[in-house]
Parts: sequence; C-alpha cells; structure tokens
Amino acid sequence: MQLINTLLGGFSVGMIYAAFALALVLIWQSTRIVNFAQAPMAMITTFIALKVIESGASYWIGFTVALVAGLVLGALVERLVIRYVDHDNHINPVILTLGLFIVLHALAAIVFGSSFRSFPAAFDLTGIKVGGETLALTPFSIFTILVVVAVMAALRLLFMKTDLGLTMRATAFNREVASVLGVKVNRALTLGWALAALVGSLSGLLIAGGGLVHPAYMDGVVVYGFVAAVLGGLDSPAGAVVGGLVMGIVLALVSGYLGSGLVPLAALIVLVVVLLVRPGGLFSTTKERTV
Amino acid sequence: MLELKGVTSRYGPVTALQDVDLVAGEGRVTSVLGANGAGKTTLLRTISGLHRPESGKVTFDGQDITRMSADRMTRTGLAHVPEGRGVITELTVHENLRLGLLGRSRHREPLSVSDVVDLFPILGDRSHALAHTLSGGERQMLVIARALLATPRMLLLDEPSLGLAPRISAQIFGVIRQLVEEHGLSVLLVEQNARSALSIADVGIVLGLGKVIACDDAEVLSADENLRHAYLGY
Repeated sequence: MQLINTLLGGFSVGMIYAAFALALVLIWQSTRIVNFAQAPMAMITTFIALKVIESGASYWIGFTVALVAGLVLGALVERLVIRYVDHDNHINPVILTLGLFIVLHALAAIVFGSSFRSFPAAFDLTGIKVGGETLALTPFSIFTILVVVAVMAALRLLFMKTDLGLTMRATAFNREVASVLGVKVNRALTLGWALAALVGSLSGLLIAGGGLVHPAYMDGVVVYGFVAAVLGGLDSPAGAVVGGLVMGIVLALVSGYLGSGLVPLAALIVLVVVLLVRPGGLFSTTKERTV
Repeated sequence: MLELKGVTSRYGPVTALQDVDLVAGEGRVTSVLGANGAGKTTLLRTISGLHRPESGKVTFDGQDITRMSADRMTRTGLAHVPEGRGVITELTVHENLRLGLLGRSRHREPLSVSDVVDLFPILGDRSHALAHTLSGGERQMLVIARALLATPRMLLLDEPSLGLAPRISAQIFGVIRQLVEEHGLSVLLVEQNARSALSIADVGIVLGLGKVIACDDAEVLSADENLRHAYLGY
C-alpha cells in the first residue's frame, strides 16, 4: 500500500514538474536559452492570484488572472530584456536569466512580503478512499493531472496543426529563413516566451495549491524541473513530460523509503547520470549538445 | 523593375559590395555571376532586407525598399530563395510548403501546394518526410516551390545549382525558364556556374570583389572570351 501511495503521489507531483519542464523546453526550443527566471516568474503570478483571491474573488478568477499575468510577464521579459542580449554567446543569456531570478525574487519580497502564506486549493485535499484504504490520490491531484494533460494536448495541437504554431517552430529552427518567408520573427519569439510563462505559472499555481507560498517556494521546482527537462533532452516536449514523471516518481520513492533530506541529492545524481550516460537526453534526436 | 543605385554593403571592416548599380527587368532572367567572395550572396541579402546596406538605394517597382524588413519584402512580392540550406530540416516537406503560403503577396493568382507539386512531382512523394532526409536536388526544388507559394513577382535565387549533379541542375534551370516564360515571373539569379546561368539568362552581370565589372546581354557576355577566362572560369 505504501508503495502504491508513494507512486501515486510521485505521479501527480511529476505532472507538475512536467509542466515546469515544458515551460523550459518551450523557451529552449524557440531561443536556445534555459530560462532559470521561470521559477520566480511563476512565483510572482501565484502571488498575484493570491492577492486576487484574498480580495474576495473566487479561486477560479485568481487562477485565470495568474495565467494571463504569466502571458504578459513572459512577453514583457522577452520584449524588454532578452531581446537585447547577445545571443551568439551561449552563456550571456543564461547569466541574464539568473540575474532576473535574483531581481524578481527581491522584488517579490518587497511587494508581497517574505512570510509564508497559505494558498487555497480548488478541490478537496483528502485522499480518495477505496475499500477502507485511503489512497494518496486527492481530487486536487486528479485535477492537476487532468489540467497538465489538457495543456500538453493544447500545445501539441497549436504547434502541429495551426499556422501560428508552424511560424513559431520555423522561427525556432531557423530565424533567417522564417523571416524571408514573411514570418514576423520578433512577434513569434515574444509569443513563445509568453506561452512558456503561461505554462510556468500554471505549474506555480498547481504546486501552491493547498500549500504555502513565499518568494522562494518555486526554487526547488526549478531544479527538479530543469533536471526533468534535461532528462527528456531539452528539445522534446514529450521528453519533458516523461522526464517530469520520472523525476516525480524517483523523488517520491527516495523521500518515502530513504528520507526526504536526500531528495535534492537524488535529483543531482539523476542529472549527473543522465549527462554521463546520455548527454543528449533520453528523447533527443541529436547525439550530443554543445553548451 | 528592381533597381539598385550606388549600393555599398559591409561586414565589419570588409566591403562586400561597392557602389553597385544594377537593374533587373520584368519578365526576364538576370544572372549575376562571379567567383566566390565576389559579393553575390551579399547582393541578394542586401536586396531582401537580411543585410542593411551602408549607403545607396534599392527600389522595387518604384517603391523604395532599402530599409524594408525581410518579412515585409515577401509580401511586397520579392521572394528570396536561399540556397538549399534554406530548407528547414526539422520540419516535413509539407510543413515547409505550408510556410510558403503564410507570406503570400496577393500580387498574383494564389497557387496551391498541389500546383507547385506538379512542377516538382518528387515533393509530392516525399510530402510527409522530414526535410533533412531530402537529397540536395530535392532540397533545392523544395525551396523554390516554397518561394513560389508566396506568389512573388520576382524570385531572388541564390546558387540553385550548388552541389547538384548536372542533370538535376539542368532540370531546375529548365523549370526556372519555364516559370519566366509561362507565368511572367522575373528572376534575379546569382550563380557561380556561369555557363548554365547564362544559358537561361536574358541579361548577365559580372561581379568581381564587390564591383560590377560587366553588364550586357547574356549572349554578348558568353561570346566575350577574355571576360569568360578572367571572371567566369570557362
């Protein structure tokens, strides 16, 4: 029973890591940048949701406002900061996102305060009972799984079936060719960041649900989400999902059977093993990457 | 139709084009010839808005397009066809073609994907293959087909014969000539392979180290032995 519950818990947390990893993959694909600022961006949008909910609005209004705020924040970050950095040098943009990470952190502490605040959940947080046993599967975790699956399906539809998605992919693969074909490249890049930040803020909301938020509450997720994305190969949305689930389940097993103090260590071990054994990630089509 | 006046383009300290004057007329094939490094590719990049000239003026149908962005250029009816590497290899053949439809100029009867597949039937057979599985010739056909879907008035073709077997490049040159004669398309063709390029051209222009060295009817240029030996390598 403990094993089943550990796996169930790991699965639903893994879906959240998957969403976060997906946000990283979206930006990596369109701009070849690992956006470490994704975590504080999601933290800020969750705080915005909290403010909206505390002002008396329903959970769902707060939820929607946070997603829209994510879209806007992502677009602003790309338009005002990322566009002006030298992309030929791979390390500059990454350092820039780390800088943004610190700045957003500090800003959030000033604006929202740095104390722990509880964040509501949309659904019940008690486990579902099956034949006298309580499973570690709550209505909220079912909601989490369904939302993440729906978002992934929607993104897949966008990228594979629509003209807009096609222009975004073309821009990601070859900006110059996209532009001579009439694609407004800058617009596609801004939209890529906006969409990624939306998915990131979704993961922020899902992690916060029924728990505590403060300016650093997403910091662990950026590590696990990043490892999940690397595990999946950074280039592959499907890989991000599988990577997220693997991370969720591995970390739940470590935490359940070995002790929760070992979780960050386990995440790093997974990262090191992946980089040693399959540096391109489990799902990457390219053999290796130069970073 | 397309006119350059006194265009100078630089890459850092290197002057790639110096004071270039050039006219490419409507319904004709104008071939720009020259060795590696003569400035041919820079010329196309400068016209299509991928590279900003330092000075000079580019007009298309009387409209000043010197500082127009590349994506607007396509809608104005100028389609830049980068050499075969311009295929987006991570997308399928059909997706590459769909991209061509997005920047449509509305200056001509719209073409459908099946219209261009009639020109290059092999693209129909490979429709759902990833473009990186295509051969060099197929890639070149794909970039030309994709550009045609944007219904351009003028094609800017960069080295369509580069790295292709003679039979394949002859087929591609044949289609280009056919497009000009049957559909009134105008073409500015940049080529290292001077003999083939002159064979389908109305007018030839020889570039050397960024300057226009000669400009005349294609037949006159091919008959000029000194020029051929010195600049065209045959």
